[in-house]
Amino acid sequence: MRFDDEPVPGYPLPILPGHVSPGRFERVLRAGGFAVTSELAPPDSADPEDVYKRARVFDGYVDAINATDGSGANCHMSSLGVCALLTRVGYAPIMQISCRDKNRIAIQGDILGGAAMGVCNMLCLTGDGVQAGDHPQAKPVFDLDCVSLLGIARTLRDEHRFQSGRKITFAPRVFLGAAENPCSPPLDWRPQRLAKKIDAGAQFIQTQYVYDMQRLRLFMTRVDDLGLAGKIFILAGVGPLRSAKAATWMRDNVPGLFIPDILIQRLQGAQDQAREGRNICVELIQQAREIKGVSGVHVMAYRQEESVAEVIQRSGVLDGRVPWYPGRDQTPLENRTAS
Amino acid sequence: MYAVRQWSVRHARGLNRFYRVFESLLVRMAPLWSAIGHERLEKPFAFAERNVKGLLFDCQMCGQCVLSSTGMSCPMNCPKNLRNGPCGGVRENGHCEVKPEMRCVWVAAFDGAQRIPDGLKTMSGVQFALDRRAQGRSSWLRVVREKTGGENAGTKP
Repeated sequence: MRFDDEPVPGYPLPILPGHVSPGRFERVLRAGGFAVTSELAPPDSADPEDVYKRARVFDGYVDAINATDGSGANCHMSSLGVCALLTRVGYAPIMQISCRDKNRIAIQGDILGGAAMGVCNMLCLTGDGVQAGDHPQAKPVFDLDCVSLLGIARTLRDEHRFQSGRKITFAPRVFLGAAENPCSPPLDWRPQRLAKKIDAGAQFIQTQYVYDMQRLRLFMTRVDDLGLAGKIFILAGVGPLRSAKAATWMRDNVPGLFIPDILIQRLQGAQDQAREGRNICVELIQQAREIKGVSGVHVMAYRQEESVAEVIQRSGVLDGRVPWYPGRDQTPLENRTAS
Repeated sequence: MYAVRQWSVRHARGLNRFYRVFESLLVRMAPLWSAIGHERLEKPFAFAERNVKGLLFDCQMCGQCVLSSTGMSCPMNCPKNLRNGPCGGVRENGHCEVKPEMRCVWVAAFDGAQRIPDGLKTMSGVQFALDRRAQGRSSWLRVVREKTGGENAGTKP
């Protein structure tokens, strides 16, 4: 898909009326497309090629790539660093910002820095507790929570000032997102919490893994009842399960993750469990697409990123659309890194 | 104490009603507080608050109390200090991701808020980022200042 007013593919687009960012991801969603995003596991390395290698596996299948910010409270290359590399060659990253490691001074600085480098999408997260990761001895910061972070990011963008009130001269033009978990208690209050995030500034949502579409359906019905349907783009989080054993482990050890027994039994009964996991993922994507109000999918395939292309291809949700990637139109974009 | 904290959530309705009366009394006595001086009252007020609210809610003295908006469940007991609702890591049994033995303070808040008239509506309001300078200071005096617009009115977000 190529936009008519795209000067050079990969470069920032003109900001259309009603849009807040010069990015392709917002364009796809506002144009009514079914968006596909995925997540890049940042390397434990300082080699830029490690980032590009991981990005290339998504080429032609995703509209934006999430750069995680110490996900699971594990130490990796920073989300800002990954975004800097990705924007250099024209990728559309979604910069994840977690409240766990930085206070408001550092976070606001990162928002400006990220936007200056061409990051058009930012996902405001609370972050996992430090106990979950490889540095449980670290100090958890949590100066902000995801909702107050959204508010601060919106203030920077729309009111051109820091939280302190001090003016900035050029506002970050960013499409703001947040996460939500439709499957985690208190289920009855989750839609209200979403409303709060929208009030604070969220424009799109990427959900935690959903393995029980019935819960998502219920959530979406309530979102609709609250009159939020037109105010937010919701991308359902999905992902292939590698095996029944992996699924059981995830269910028992990843808080907030709900995997119905029937799915685990189905994996157990399969000859090729990994393949069955991908089959399930394809079905989940197709089911998610049928749910009213779902605007896309966020495919998370930690350590099996190469399967993302296959499940998206098989799900057919792109309808033949080929999201832009460096080199898609044989433009000399790859040379931009050298210049 | 954890058990008392859970009791407080179960009795959110009564506690909230009591606080409403208490707060209007405090505000009505604003001239007296001003006469004595808020700075001079800061220590005794904070002492009383720490002990009373500490017993009932495991109060962490953030200095910007929102108990009435959180079903009488103190959000500062959340290991992530979340003031706007639960994170995505709440376990299937409604317990905390970080402290599995503890009921999620927001699951408790949702429970308490349903006991307070209009509690859910109040809980849906966005809480802005904390002013960390208020840590350890009296929230009651701050409320008096905010409601009367008097001396040293609390900094607005």
